[in-house]
Amino acid sequence: MLSVSRLLIYFFLQDNEKISEYECGFEPFDSATRQPFDVHFYLVGLLFLIFDVELALLFPASVCIFDFTWFNVWMVFFFLLLLFIGLVYEWRLAIIDWPN
Amino acid sequence: LLSLVVLFKGAYSIFFLSTCTLLFSVLKILFIFIIVAFFTLAERKILGAIHRRRGPAIVGLFGLLQPIADALKLFVKELLYPLRAQNFIFLMAPWWILTLSVLAWFFIPFHFIVFKFNALFFFDGVVDINTLFILDLFYTISFEFLFGNYNVQVVDGNIAVLILLAVSSLNVYGIILAGWSSNSKYAFLGSLRSAAQMISYEVSFGLTILPVVILTSSLNFIDISLGQVRGNFMFILLPSFIMFIISMLAETNRAPFDLPEAEAELVAGYNVEYSAVTFAMFFLGEYSNMLLMSALCVLLFLGGVGGHYYYFFPFKIVLVCFLFVIVRASVPRFRYDQLMQMCWKFFLPLTMSLFVYYVVFGFWLLNNIF
Repeated sequence: MLSVSRLLIYFFLQDNEKISEYECGFEPFDSATRQPFDVHFYLVGLLFLIFDVELALLFPASVCIFDFTWFNVWMVFFFLLLLFIGLVYEWRLAIIDWPN
Repeated sequence: LLSLVVLFKGAYSIFFLSTCTLLFSVLKILFIFIIVAFFTLAERKILGAIHRRRGPAIVGLFGLLQPIADALKLFVKELLYPLRAQNFIFLMAPWWILTLSVLAWFFIPFHFIVFKFNALFFFDGVVDINTLFILDLFYTISFEFLFGNYNVQVVDGNIAVLILLAVSSLNVYGIILAGWSSNSKYAFLGSLRSAAQMISYEVSFGLTILPVVILTSSLNFIDISLGQVRGNFMFILLPSFIMFIISMLAETNRAPFDLPEAEAELVAGYNVEYSAVTFAMFFLGEYSNMLLMSALCVLLFLGGVGGHYYYFFPFKIVLVCFLFVIVRASVPRFRYDQLMQMCWKFFLPLTMSLFVYYVVFGFWLLNNIF
């Protein structure tokens, strides 16, 4: 019964006002998601990619870090240093600063 | 009652089972939903008490039936498909989030407690950590239920921490899809914000876990818990713990980081267009994620499943959930640029240097103490 009534409502009592997307009082005149958005979100996504790859490397490294030789540990530290330099660079480019 | 439900839930950890039964998985999922429902009630009650009002008190005794009434209402209401929405993705997004939040629970080792119970009921003598090691090697629970004997094989995920991280990062897709497919500006902006926030804090979240992994040399929750028998990592890794708590709040989009849901600007974030059942699914997913995060917090920093005091484990989870609610009631909301700067400029360098520190510290311990 419920589903049939729902279908009936869907086909016969469709209310454009009701099923239009949420907006503050006026009719939405443009598709919302096919518009450009702030590029900072994209940049944050790129940053995330780099540091997530770092995580993927650091997790197995930290599981067996005490089986490493000193050379390997220094390699891990060197990798971290590179990332840190990258972070400082992005800091200087003000990618992290959010525009007001 | 809540803790009892939590206790017995783990008996049916189905994801790793060799003998899979649909019944048990359904039971487990049901239990999770019941816990989540009553958690929402608890939250409203505690918030009410903090505001010096009564909270929900009409439905049932002390408002105990309120979550059930809410759920019924949400399930009976009409499901709306917005005019220009991508219907398929629009309907898939809540499923995505709900499935992931349920999936993640299979990696939380509640079966450890079941081992303890078995040890209490079926073995003589004192239950100590050695007994538990032996029991852990067996990895089987046999019990009788309804139709006969069940031999349930339970295996700890040896990379459970990693899997949990992966599952929690997949949540972002659900939010992005929900915001994009509902084709509303508020939903889209909310989902963008939410995604940016979640992926930023995911990095610091992973990096705060790393010291724990270094000190225990394991990604297995049982090993991590056994590493905390003498003392919780909360005290040893205090800076990491604090950062973990903060990024936990940010990961779950909770106050004071509930920017995607900022009522004043974005109405309700990525789920504006969702109604009825689909909204309920988002809601369940979010709250189940919160419970999951508090379980993770207990496992990693607050003593894990515990040595002798294993029955504290559920209570500790409830305590961390309580913390979630207290923070919501008492801390004002952050600004978005502050949020991002705190993650990238403060947490990230600090966690990276803490990683180096704990590696050096661990080597020093190995060379000089052990």
